[in-house]
Amino acid sequence: MKIIKKKNNLMANLKPPVNENDHHTGNDKAKITLVEYGDYQCSHCAHAHPLLKELLEEKGDYFKFVFRNFPLKEAHPLAMLSALAAEAAGKQHKFWEMHDMLYENQAQLTRDSFIEFAESLDLDLEKFAADLQSETISSKVENDFESGIRSGVNGTPSFFINDKKLNIYDGTYESLKSAVTDYVQE
Amino acid sequence: MLLQKGTAAPDFELYATPDQKLKLSELKGKRVILAFYPADWSPVCGDQIALYNEMLKFFQKHNAQMVGISVDSKWCHMAYEDNRNIHFPLLADFEPKGEVSQQYGAYNQEGGYSQRALFVIDESGIIQWSYLSPEGINPGADGILEALEELENNKKEK
Repeated sequence: MKIIKKKNNLMANLKPPVNENDHHTGNDKAKITLVEYGDYQCSHCAHAHPLLKELLEEKGDYFKFVFRNFPLKEAHPLAMLSALAAEAAGKQHKFWEMHDMLYENQAQLTRDSFIEFAESLDLDLEKFAADLQSETISSKVENDFESGIRSGVNGTPSFFINDKKLNIYDGTYESLKSAVTDYVQE
Repeated sequence: MLLQKGTAAPDFELYATPDQKLKLSELKGKRVILAFYPADWSPVCGDQIALYNEMLKFFQKHNAQMVGISVDSKWCHMAYEDNRNIHFPLLADFEPKGEVSQQYGAYNQEGGYSQRALFVIDESGIIQWSYLSPEGINPGADGILEALEELENNKKEK
């Protein structure tokens, strides 16, 4: 597990706050928002993915979950393309389906995977291919990355709970769950 | 002690590749970000260097050159740069070991490695921001960007 701690007095805030450009799931009306900055080729993110799914299943009423892209494209050759693929699927209302598929198949990911995934999600392939190369999609991903930098993201995954950087996540389900449930008790 | 804002950045000349040296004063007219870090290959710095490597276009927007410095040798840096696709110079503070890091107050004497310290130096070679990160903690890049933006704002006000 990577060390993603920062001193409390330097605790970064989420910039910009969650807005209509973000993909969200869980309870849209909840008072708690959990934001993840992630990279689809990052193994630590793939580790966190089933934990988040479990948390959404168990405590999905308690919080809204938002995902923002933070692809390290020099370190991970398919990270950018993966982020574009999820966003392009989002144009056909299948962002989270593609998101899950990317993380669940991370180990086998190749350049040909994206079209296969799009097919299995019954996407309009022509539109998907066009969106993959569109300016709108690439600037969405780049804006996510820049917002991460400004928010103090120093590695992936980085989490924010109600706009504050979460420092207690240590790779376990319990740490993620307590982030959400502790907030409920406050 | 870590060199602070307002101090002239001590000049130095260190190997950037096996046959090329880089002199800080050659970069005058540009802003320079110096990132001292403990070692190539170690996991936390890996993330830090990888993060900066993704951000070069943001630094360029501010007319700023990112430069990494550790006590690793020029050959070690070369292998690391190849392996991780690093697109900015990593300097070897190798002989005398850690001399430049010591001048900047960014050296761990006991361990014999550079501390995780960041400096933003302006066009005329004056340190405008410095930060020493606690051991084992990746400082991210928000502080660097804010320092560069502040430089930009000060310039506009003048």
